[in-house]
Amino acid sequence: MSRVLVPCHVKSTVALQVGDMRTSQGRPGVLVVDVTFPNVAPFELQEIMFKNYYTAFLSIRVRQQTPLHTPSKWVTCLRDYCLMPDPHSEEGAQEYVSLFKHQMLCDMTRVLELRLILRQPSPLWLSFTVEELQIYQQGPKSPSLTFPKWLSHPVSNEQPVPRLEGLPDPSRVSSEVQQMWALTEMIRASHSSTRIGRFDVDGCYDLNLLSYT
Amino acid sequence: MRKAQGSWEKRILKSLNSMCTELSIPLARKRPVGEQKELLNKWNEMGTDEPDLSLFRPVYAPKDFLEVLINLRNPNYENGDSLSFRTHLGLIQVPLKVKDIPELKECFVELGLTTGQLGIDDSTQVPPELFENEHVRIGQKVLVQQDSAAAQQYIRQGSPTALRAELWALILNISSQPEDILYYEQLKTNVIQHDLLVDSLIYKDVKLTASNDDYYFVFEDYLYQVLLCFSRDTSVLGHFAYNSASPPKSYIRGKLGLEEYAVFYPPNGVIPFHGFSMYVAPLCFLYHEPYKLYQIFREMYVRFFFRLHSISSHPSGIVSLCLLFETLLQTYLPQLFYHLREIGAQPLRISFKWMVRAFSGYLATDQLLLLWDRILGYNSLEILAVLAAAVFAFRAVNLMEVTSLAAAEAVLADLSTLKVMPLLQIFLFATVT
Repeated sequence: MSRVLVPCHVKSTVALQVGDMRTSQGRPGVLVVDVTFPNVAPFELQEIMFKNYYTAFLSIRVRQQTPLHTPSKWVTCLRDYCLMPDPHSEEGAQEYVSLFKHQMLCDMTRVLELRLILRQPSPLWLSFTVEELQIYQQGPKSPSLTFPKWLSHPVSNEQPVPRLEGLPDPSRVSSEVQQMWALTEMIRASHSSTRIGRFDVDGCYDLNLLSYT
Repeated sequence: MRKAQGSWEKRILKSLNSMCTELSIPLARKRPVGEQKELLNKWNEMGTDEPDLSLFRPVYAPKDFLEVLINLRNPNYENGDSLSFRTHLGLIQVPLKVKDIPELKECFVELGLTTGQLGIDDSTQVPPELFENEHVRIGQKVLVQQDSAAAQQYIRQGSPTALRAELWALILNISSQPEDILYYEQLKTNVIQHDLLVDSLIYKDVKLTASNDDYYFVFEDYLYQVLLCFSRDTSVLGHFAYNSASPPKSYIRGKLGLEEYAVFYPPNGVIPFHGFSMYVAPLCFLYHEPYKLYQIFREMYVRFFFRLHSISSHPSGIVSLCLLFETLLQTYLPQLFYHLREIGAQPLRISFKWMVRAFSGYLATDQLLLLWDRILGYNSLEILAVLAAAVFAFRAVNLMEVTSLAAAEAVLADLSTLKVMPLLQIFLFATVT
């Protein structure tokens, strides 16, 4: 299914912390990333793609456009999605992740704004975030192809064209051509996939030093 | 990790380049016709050649690589001075996920106490009707069926000696077609036509390691035939698609910077290090035709051995194996680990060389082949780390009494009397945790 990138504006992360931020010693374990879509009409979200950087759990809340002038509310569409099975170890820490609309808890039509809530409970990591965030909406459906009429309605048998003088019998020619075609197919099928593996350039392999680039 | 691998590779390139310039030997040159004829004549007895290799030194040894791994640091990782619950007491400081014994028990369930094993249940005290005969019969059936997946499952309990060569070929999908023999002959021609500096490194390595080994010195000529051809095999370049390493590049003399004249050096992209020939040596017991031996070795290398000398986060990569070894030792032999650390004998310093060589040259050959059976069967190198920990567990009493690294090395110097399968079974399934 085709998808179209939606231009978005990712605000800088806000850390949520309990207590006085200046005196407390620990690092924040919760970050919030707001994603707005200026100049884009409310759309249906198809896919969210990003590169993880040491975030353990991800929750996403979405604000959708509601009809009839009621104020729009924030709805949780993804709750505690696990990106790192063990928050203390490297597994999943730098992976590329794709989330699709069928994984969400609510339908993703008429999206106005997104809020990503990142959690990393382990004190071992100095920082965590998600990078290269990309939002996709559904692309236009591929146009249905119309077949030319003559493909779906084969013509009925016509009268055979009268044979021209001096030319060989067409049915015999076609059977011989068929045999030749079968032979070429056989040769192509038995073609070995072993490569020759030349490593020299025109027979020359005189090298002085290795290159560092 | 990739950055670390990149800078390690740069070091290797610099070392090789400086060797070139010091000795004034080109990386590669075409052999004059007379020399080509001479080499062709003594192809089967290259071991009798005694070239002067005193000025050559191996590009690197496993202990140099260990130093690089010890210094791997994640810049996002809290490496504070204060001891926390996750301080790494071992040498490896990268927090990769490794299995613990309950997970290993699940993974290696066929090595359990209630399953028959070759290496344990084929000893002379056990009547063969109990396990061995039936196991051999099943093995023959698997070979007749030519079922590769069944062979992989079967070999987890060990392979009978008579069937091992065919079983390994079946698991590795090696079937010697005429085109494979031709391909090997083509490689041989390449060896004869071009002389590479890497050849001298291979010679030196074989003379230093395999030729001095009581079990493998008879195979010296085979080793040259396999390793020299291996260096010219461009199909090995394919494995760099899933290897974190990259092959070194060079330019034809006089055409520096022109992309049409860029080539890989050596043609297979693999620079051998000290001990590399030991990957081939045990295979010589199983295969006697050079082209078959060559194919098996090449497949074993691109499936398993390359992970033992490149930096990656793969569970079978050497970094994970080192961390698995250290974690197992810390968790299940904490007193021993603490004692060794206190006397300045970090256990990884002793076991690293075993794991990098997949225990080749340290165990008796029949035991080594039983171990490599399991590597093929489980398609993973984690068993090397488990065996290393099991060896330490076995010699724990002696190790608790040593007071220096040298003494600890002496206790663990000779592994040739060890029986691999009982050690693994006891460590995984019979130790009270």
